[in-house]
Amino acid sequence: MSNVLSFLTRTRGRGRFDLTDWLTWGYLALAVVLMFGPVFWVALSSFKTESALQEYPPSLLPLAPVSVTVEGYEEPLQLFRVTGGERAGEVLAQIRRIGLNSQMVDPENPGERINVNINDRVPVREFALAAENYTVLFERFNFALYFWNSVFITVVATIITVLFNSMAAFALSKYRFRGRTAVFILIIATLMIPPTINLVPIFLVVSELGLVNSPWGVIWPAVATPTGVFLLRQYMLTIPDDLLDAARMDHASEWRVYWRIVLPLAAPALAVLVIFSVMWRWNEFLWPLIVLNRSEEFTLQLALNSFQGDLQTSWAPLLAMTVLTLLPITLVFAVLQKYITAGIAQSGVK
Amino acid sequence: MLALQKMTGAQRIAWVFLFPNLLIFGLFTFLPIFLNFFYATTGSDRILLPDRPYVGLENFQSLLACESYLDPNSCARDIFWRAVHNTGWFVILQVGFMILFSLVTAMVLNRDIPLRGFFRSVFFYPVLLSPVVVALIWKWILQRYGVLNAGLEAWELPVTNWLVEADWAFFWIVFVSIWAHMGFYTLILLAGLQAIPSDVYEAAEMDGASKWRVFSKITMPLLMPTMVVVIVLSLIRAVQAFDEIFVLTGGGPGSATTLLLQYIYETGFAYRPQLFGLAAAASLLMAAVLLVLTLLQLAATRRQAEG
Amino acid sequence: MKTSHLLSGIAFAAMFAAVPVSAAELRFACYQDGVECDAWSEAFKTFESENPGTTVAVDVVPYKSIVEGLPLQLASGEGPDLARVTDLGGLAQYMLDVTPYVSDAAKIEEQYGKTLAWTRVNGPDDKGIYAIMDQQTATGPFVNKTLFDQAGVEMPGKGATYEDWAKAAKEVAEKTQTPYPMAMDRSGHRYMGPAISYGAKVFDDQGNPITVDDGFRGWSEQFVEWNNDGTVAKEVWAGAGGSSYQDAAKEFTNGSLVMYVSGSWQIGRFGRDIGDAFDWVAVPAPCGPGGCTGIPGGAAIAAFKHTKSPEELGKLIEFISREDVQAEVLAKTKNIPANQSLQVKGIDYENASEDEKAALTTFASALSEFSPVAFQFQGYKNNRAIMNAIATRVTQAIVGESTLDEALERVDTDVKEAVAAAK
Repeated sequence: MSNVLSFLTRTRGRGRFDLTDWLTWGYLALAVVLMFGPVFWVALSSFKTESALQEYPPSLLPLAPVSVTVEGYEEPLQLFRVTGGERAGEVLAQIRRIGLNSQMVDPENPGERINVNINDRVPVREFALAAENYTVLFERFNFALYFWNSVFITVVATIITVLFNSMAAFALSKYRFRGRTAVFILIIATLMIPPTINLVPIFLVVSELGLVNSPWGVIWPAVATPTGVFLLRQYMLTIPDDLLDAARMDHASEWRVYWRIVLPLAAPALAVLVIFSVMWRWNEFLWPLIVLNRSEEFTLQLALNSFQGDLQTSWAPLLAMTVLTLLPITLVFAVLQKYITAGIAQSGVK
Repeated sequence: MLALQKMTGAQRIAWVFLFPNLLIFGLFTFLPIFLNFFYATTGSDRILLPDRPYVGLENFQSLLACESYLDPNSCARDIFWRAVHNTGWFVILQVGFMILFSLVTAMVLNRDIPLRGFFRSVFFYPVLLSPVVVALIWKWILQRYGVLNAGLEAWELPVTNWLVEADWAFFWIVFVSIWAHMGFYTLILLAGLQAIPSDVYEAAEMDGASKWRVFSKITMPLLMPTMVVVIVLSLIRAVQAFDEIFVLTGGGPGSATTLLLQYIYETGFAYRPQLFGLAAAASLLMAAVLLVLTLLQLAATRRQAEG
Repeated sequence: MKTSHLLSGIAFAAMFAAVPVSAAELRFACYQDGVECDAWSEAFKTFESENPGTTVAVDVVPYKSIVEGLPLQLASGEGPDLARVTDLGGLAQYMLDVTPYVSDAAKIEEQYGKTLAWTRVNGPDDKGIYAIMDQQTATGPFVNKTLFDQAGVEMPGKGATYEDWAKAAKEVAEKTQTPYPMAMDRSGHRYMGPAISYGAKVFDDQGNPITVDDGFRGWSEQFVEWNNDGTVAKEVWAGAGGSSYQDAAKEFTNGSLVMYVSGSWQIGRFGRDIGDAFDWVAVPAPCGPGGCTGIPGGAAIAAFKHTKSPEELGKLIEFISREDVQAEVLAKTKNIPANQSLQVKGIDYENASEDEKAALTTFASALSEFSPVAFQFQGYKNNRAIMNAIATRVTQAIVGESTLDEALERVDTDVKEAVAAAK
């Protein structure tokens, strides 16, 4: 116990738990609630039935009404707790409701019929997971295929993004050549144009290239991210030129300089870009929506949004699908997060 | 590769490294932006350029037609100008507070605390969520019959219609947007903080410098290059904020949370007939302003770095 | 080095995408509110067995894809062979007239003439068959009957005005401590029902829109006033901006709303979510000085010009229009038929509760009494411009960003501009 306590109170080398530590832990505790709470709540809600999702006040846990079979009645009857009137406090089964009146029966004593005002009863409910929200997804969709499409687009686009962007960033940060500033400004300028507005012209280009309904129609337009070039360039500027010159002395080709020296040193920035590229491509919705309209090419995000109709949205399967699409990216992040920390630590030592 | 290098010369090889990225850029970014100029100077609701009649600067003129730029009601495109005002406030508040929180968080996470990796993930996790999911989560929390009001009612506190009161709605779009994005900037700032060699701090501690002095004289100046990335990126993102806010409030109440990109999106895509020309003109205006802002920013930091 | 790979990658992808699919495969882009696409997939099995060699692939897409992706695809000559759409007038330019490929065009005309008119934008001589409705909707009010019973207030009958209903609903809300007497979906489409009932003419003699007139103004004044005095749940309209759709179904299913002006598509959802909690009924549209009407609407399955197999597509559209097929699909989707004889005969809805059946009957019969202006409005090519302008501008008046006069003026300019752009 005291070990745990000393572990928890370990601070910057001093043995004292001072004000800054209290503030730190208070801040972090609040952050856990604020940052994870909403997501956790969505995960719980994905096990609620459609009707339960419409309820107010909402329940924290997924609950379902309880029914019992009562002697003399074919169908199971729903249980209610009576809150007012003579029978207050008892748990009765409802036979039917007529207007403001609820006809009830005591499951222990099925002979007698009891009339209760509908305002004097609340349904008895218990914890129940609506697993059908999930099973319906696998019945209705070719889930494995959509998953594969999403993975393919995400992985391929990320590899190309990291390669192309880092090459460009290398050129922009480690060479002095005519037009460098112009190219850099041009790339920065494209950051300013909101991607939404380019949808129509990009679609015309993609359509001319015959890439509609092909995963490449999603991949190619996405890989030359200005953010990536900008991020990597700024990071590569901090890599000392001496290192590169030393390699050049040893007759390393420029490609080798880039591949064996600059890329490894830029690992933390690359890791950030990988995470971002994975996230962008995985979550991308509007562009695939316009380019892909054959279900065999669909991504998970498209399938997810097919629960949104014109006038209604099916929340229960949509939430379940949301949780499912969140899982892989959470895993990827969990794995890469360690790498980033390691990478950052390394660059810190340097 | 070495042969190619000899053939092209060491300087021109820069272009070889740039080429793949520039080719893709050219096809899917520059060309479309170029086409956008044609959309901006043509009218009607036709999608294909040859079908669209030339209207000159009419789209720009109608966007800029205002008696007073401070009073959107006096403008021909009142919603556009409301969006401009809203976006201005949004950028100032969102970028300002987000950088503040990100910096505080990065400094907290930079301390030697247990479970550091876990806490880093905590802040970063919302960044992984798609904008639509972010908005839906908060919509459930904030709507009249949402979780927040249910909680307030349970504690017998007064409930508020968070997304119907204009000021609250604006507060929440700033809040949610910070919630969703601060993890990214925290991560970048953390990387910057960790890159500061620890012997610098040790030297300062030996000299008995106060915490504030260490922060203002060592941490901040050394963090500046990272800060530039953070400011530039967050500024651009904030001006282009759209998805999560659109799903959360729909731009309402009225047009209290309508931002520029929502105006562009609705004009060009969501409404019928689709006014691509007007949308393209608005986005070009917006890009021009942003570009000037960014170049000023970069120039200012360069001068600071040199001076 | 990398460039050659890149180019061959693009070329390869281009080749790959250009490989033609089997000539007799029809692609159907379908969005659904409930189970519409599932029901059609089931029905197409019959079609495939009747027409060996032709297959129909149903791609279930988000509604957003139909609104934003489809027009772009169609304009560039891409896209599915047929799709389930709601913007009939707007997409009509891409639709295929299947008259030459159907065996009995006269029968389709007889059964669907009223809604076919909504796709005929090429002048009065246009007799083409472009799209078949598979979901006719009607706007109208739902009432929480149990709340009326609890309050002991009598429900206004047929012919009652909006004021009568507002008064009754307010009384019920007060007596039962219900937070909201009335609510209406945030939608220009829903808004036009009462507006026409208040005497809005909507079109001049030549069929050009005259959105704002005395009738329209009358309803707008009433509606804004009710939003501000709490008769109508303000957050539905004031809680959003632009033309974002917002409903009040959650409030109604939770029993915190007495009267809810929405439409027939809610019936299935209410049946499921309200269950046994209270009794609810659909009532005929309340009246105003200009009549008592709702607005018709719905979704249709449209054939597109660029298809490579027009003949098979024609056969499929005829199959979709068949009475037995429609009856089977609509029984599952709990929608009102557009087919004339089915409207008369009625449909044997699957697993529908008594409340649901009663409501479906009420809406189906209300539909036949809707004002001709309501049908004209629904069929008007640029009706979406009017609806967007209403949602945006009326909300501005409700939240006080502008006066009602300014808002109505802006509605007028917005509509005029849109109509000019769509010429």
